[in-house]
Amino acid sequence: MSALVLAQEAAAAGITDKGIAALTYGLGAIGPGIGIGYLVGQSVQAMARQPEAAGMVRTTMFLGIAFVEALALIGFVVFFLGQ
Amino acid sequence: MFALEFPPLSHIVNWPGIAGEGAWWEINKVVLIYGIAALLTILLFVLGSRKKALVPTGAQNFAEVVVEFVEDGIARETMGEAGVKYTPFLISLFLYIFFCNIFEVIPIFQMPATARIAVPLVLALIAYVVYHGAGLKAHGFGYFKHALVPPGVPIALLLLVIPIEFVSKFLVQPFSHTVRLFANLLAGHILLVTFAVLTSGLFVLKPYLPLAILPAAGVVVFTAFEVFVSLLQAYVFTLLTGVYINAAQSHEH
Repeated sequence: MSALVLAQEAAAAGITDKGIAALTYGLGAIGPGIGIGYLVGQSVQAMARQPEAAGMVRTTMFLGIAFVEALALIGFVVFFLGQ
Repeated sequence: MFALEFPPLSHIVNWPGIAGEGAWWEINKVVLIYGIAALLTILLFVLGSRKKALVPTGAQNFAEVVVEFVEDGIARETMGEAGVKYTPFLISLFLYIFFCNIFEVIPIFQMPATARIAVPLVLALIAYVVYHGAGLKAHGFGYFKHALVPPGVPIALLLLVIPIEFVSKFLVQPFSHTVRLFANLLAGHILLVTFAVLTSGLFVLKPYLPLAILPAAGVVVFTAFEVFVSLLQAYVFTLLTGVYINAAQSHEH
């Protein structure tokens, strides 16, 4: 009953499935955004402090980015499924 | 706004068949790209290894750069000396993915073959077989204990840890391996289509014609960015394959 009322109110307010999907993807991108920013920032700091370790830091950085980014990409796929 | 009609997703990733319409072997643009990418990978090494000159030129030069990059930058970096024997496998993965990706920016084609889930899925499954195979070879049936039971966990917690490890290692890992490549390239493709649609939309509307220069510049900038993404995603996919092989066969614990 309440779900029906909610759906009616959503329709009246012009909220569509597409809009909700887009909003959800936006929310899902916040975490990975912060994560990648922090990760790359720390890596740059490490490379600046110890340039001789730059190669190792870079590989590990890309690896970390790949893992963090997976969350955002799953959000991206869910965005298309939710449309 | 501006009467722009963004094409639905199926219009920008589905292509009509070139030959064999409706047959099981129907060839469309994406299938053609799969074939060309495989041919390019083979051709590069056939041409590159034909002469074996001391001072490399042309194809040999490029092939040697790729081999060096994958052997030192990926195989040795992730697996140490034990990883050198996986170099041929990693090179084929790297080059095939790169060639599939780069068709995103090549005129006439302009479609990354990896933006359809088939190729990332099959490559991730091949990698799945290889890294679990490497683990089974290194540990025998003790591999499942090696993979599922992290060292130093109290026995009471094992009930909780084993299912989590199983789901993450055997189910989520190949899934994220696939989706990472697929979604990155699909997103890049959609980005380029968006800017192209915007440009042509503004171009048709006479009063907004000068504004069309902004999305047109966007197309140029993001095309350059997509070249970088193609290379990066091929690198990341190969790097992760190396990391997974290493995690499966390593003895340290």
